[in-house]
Amino acid sequence: MIDFGFTPFAAGVTDLDKANLSLAKQITEHEPSFNLCISCGSCSATCTAGQFTKFSFRVMCHQIRKGNTTLAIEEASKCMLCGKCTLICPRNVNTRNIIRLVRKAQTTTP
Amino acid sequence: MTKTVAIIGGGVAGLETAKQLNSLGYSVKLFEKSNTLGGHVAKWDRLFPNKRHASEVVSSLTLSQGNTQTLVGTTVSSIKRQHGNFIISANSNNHEADAVVLATGFELFPAEKKEEYGYGLFENVITSADLEQMFIKHGKPAMASGHKPVRIAFIHCVGSRDEKVNRPYCSKVCCVTAVKQAIEVKEAIPNCEVFCFYMDLRMFGPGYEDLYKEAQSKGVTFIRGRLSESSEIEGGRVQIKAEDTLASTPLKMSVDIVVLMVGMSPQLDTSKLAADLGLSLNADGFIAATDLHTNPTETTTKGVFVTGACTGPNNITDTVNAAKATALDVHNYLSR
Repeated sequence: MIDFGFTPFAAGVTDLDKANLSLAKQITEHEPSFNLCISCGSCSATCTAGQFTKFSFRVMCHQIRKGNTTLAIEEASKCMLCGKCTLICPRNVNTRNIIRLVRKAQTTTP
Repeated sequence: MTKTVAIIGGGVAGLETAKQLNSLGYSVKLFEKSNTLGGHVAKWDRLFPNKRHASEVVSSLTLSQGNTQTLVGTTVSSIKRQHGNFIISANSNNHEADAVVLATGFELFPAEKKEEYGYGLFENVITSADLEQMFIKHGKPAMASGHKPVRIAFIHCVGSRDEKVNRPYCSKVCCVTAVKQAIEVKEAIPNCEVFCFYMDLRMFGPGYEDLYKEAQSKGVTFIRGRLSESSEIEGGRVQIKAEDTLASTPLKMSVDIVVLMVGMSPQLDTSKLAADLGLSLNADGFIAATDLHTNPTETTTKGVFVTGACTGPNNITDTVNAAKATALDVHNYLSR
């Protein structure tokens, strides 16, 4: 067999057949506004932690939806809970509660 | 005896409805609170998608009014039902009508409500309507100091898709207006850099996507991200911050002029008239019709019809179509 140098699922490709979406389901159950994000970026643009680190609330939520739980949990630790993102979100997403739920998952994940 | 129809509002919707009912032989009274006809369109320079002068549309509508009795500078204070007829009180006079059409339109979202954007605080933060006035008066935008701008940013969705200011709905026409204005800036000041900050570009109408492509080909830069805040820097310039969501990085830049694409809000006076007539409002504050799909011009109050942007954000073409439909429904009602 000739090796053409590419595979159907290279590293970094999102495979939603295999992704573990349990954290996304858990957050949606406790905080339904998690699903209402329109990815406008207001939260990340206004983020206090984002001024000093690469933290982006929007990207963290996106990682959770793709099943990259470990990465998302790591990211959530950067948040300072200042609440500016909650104030600016045009869809009234309860961002602070989502951070809280991700951190809770951190303590319950083995 | 000739039946009388009262039309409240002398913008595109009211003018087209009046024109149609006139040609169907009704006696039409058109009430307009301001001193001129044409509504918001009369304050616009050129129209999407073909950059036609707005004044052409307004004059074509006003010149085809026939026997319509137009009452400008006339504010309707109340409408009452009496023995199947309507008594319209306006400027302390009473007028009788057999049917009423509400064509009261919309008002522009008051941009100062988005305080973090700096409208009313920083002199070079303007609205899309202000920019149209600059085009009408000078043919091109200028900074408050009179200097020629070399960098302009358009901010989409100001007072649209924003629950923080109680405007959760999309105003439909601001996307394409921003694209049109971006092109006009490029044409008037070719070396001016133009940026559009958008969330989604809703190019739903004929020719809109072409306009978007034209803007791209003229060098307009589209950045996918909502403005978080603006602040004034030296020379009256404005620094703006957003997330470049496609790159997932925070973004800041300084510009000479920020143009806020203000959305369409329900007209405040209309809610009072609607209450007078027992009409219900949609959750967004615009007037509800009997059936959104099959009966978009009739209301739950017999003899009262709605048309145009008082039922929700609309462009001119759809408003004219709605007005023609309303005229036919009024005719069917009155000839029953």
